[in-house]
Amino acid sequence: MNIDKDSLWIIILTLGIGSFLLRFSFLGLVGDRQFPPRLLRHLRYTAVAIIPALVAPIVVYPNGSGSLEPIRLITALVTIGVGIWTKNMIIAIIAGVTTLFTMLYVII
Amino acid sequence: MPSTTTKSKYWSGMRDSAPFLLIVGPFSVLFGVLATEAGLNIFEVMSFSLVVIAGAAQFTALQLMQDEAPTFIILMSALAVNLRVAMYSAALTPYLGQSALWQRVCVSYLLVDQNYALSHTKFEAEPTLTTSQRLAYYFGTCSLIVTTWLLGSYIGAALGFIFPQNLPLDLALPIAFLSMIAPMMRTLPHLIAATVAIMISIFAAGMPYSFGLILAGLAGMITGAQTEVWLQRRLKCKKL
Repeated sequence: MNIDKDSLWIIILTLGIGSFLLRFSFLGLVGDRQFPPRLLRHLRYTAVAIIPALVAPIVVYPNGSGSLEPIRLITALVTIGVGIWTKNMIIAIIAGVTTLFTMLYVII
Repeated sequence: MPSTTTKSKYWSGMRDSAPFLLIVGPFSVLFGVLATEAGLNIFEVMSFSLVVIAGAAQFTALQLMQDEAPTFIILMSALAVNLRVAMYSAALTPYLGQSALWQRVCVSYLLVDQNYALSHTKFEAEPTLTTSQRLAYYFGTCSLIVTTWLLGSYIGAALGFIFPQNLPLDLALPIAFLSMIAPMMRTLPHLIAATVAIMISIFAAGMPYSFGLILAGLAGMITGAQTEVWLQRRLKCKKL
């Protein structure tokens, strides 16, 4: 694999500065001013909207590995199903990983 | 007295973060392994993890670098994936905005999914906490998570060669994210927000530069908030 080292350092440093500015944006600039309740109501749903949106395309459209598709989908569904049912992250991970390896090495 | 309760908040933050290490640990090792396979040396891997501290953005950048995408596209995509930390920053501001500037700088540098999720839940559940207790709790949640992130990156980069080549490593990311998010689906608006976000992200996946992700996230947030308003109104009508 050929990664250009100059652009690697540009990426690391710019990404570092950019990520810091994103994180600092509201904490740094807004400070202790009060937030309107409408904005707070929207912010309650940040994580439950963004993270599933990040994962869904990875599960549905794998890059290049066509044969793995049903396995991905089932693994994802089991992980989220068990997670919602038990409300326990660790049990959800164990269920997801177990499903994945069962399908990879036992069934197929 | 106040210093002992502040100290105990630090420890309780640390304790609450412990289960997340089961995710952050393997995730960071995975980053170290994949980055080394892509041709980065240990110093580069460690700088990446120390400067950026953002799993999803780092994986995105790594993937696009291997695809030999232009630098500008790599930066835009990785920052778009990381846009959610700006929303975390906004969500924590009502609770931590009164702290000193240097403290807010530290809070910002360390802000990731896990310590945000833990702290926001805690601050919402215990509204009587003082700002210094909140800070103590927050830094408690950071300490193990961030050190594990760095240690794991190192282990992955140093020992990557001993892992079997054919492990389906690309599924580690969905499993980690989904297990993180599932327990947060406490109410109907949360479920609806996630469902809308998932559908839009799938249909908009073809949009350039991860715009689909931002669109899906915003749509999910708006739907969640609207559903909440609608449910409250219905509840009021029933009472009358």
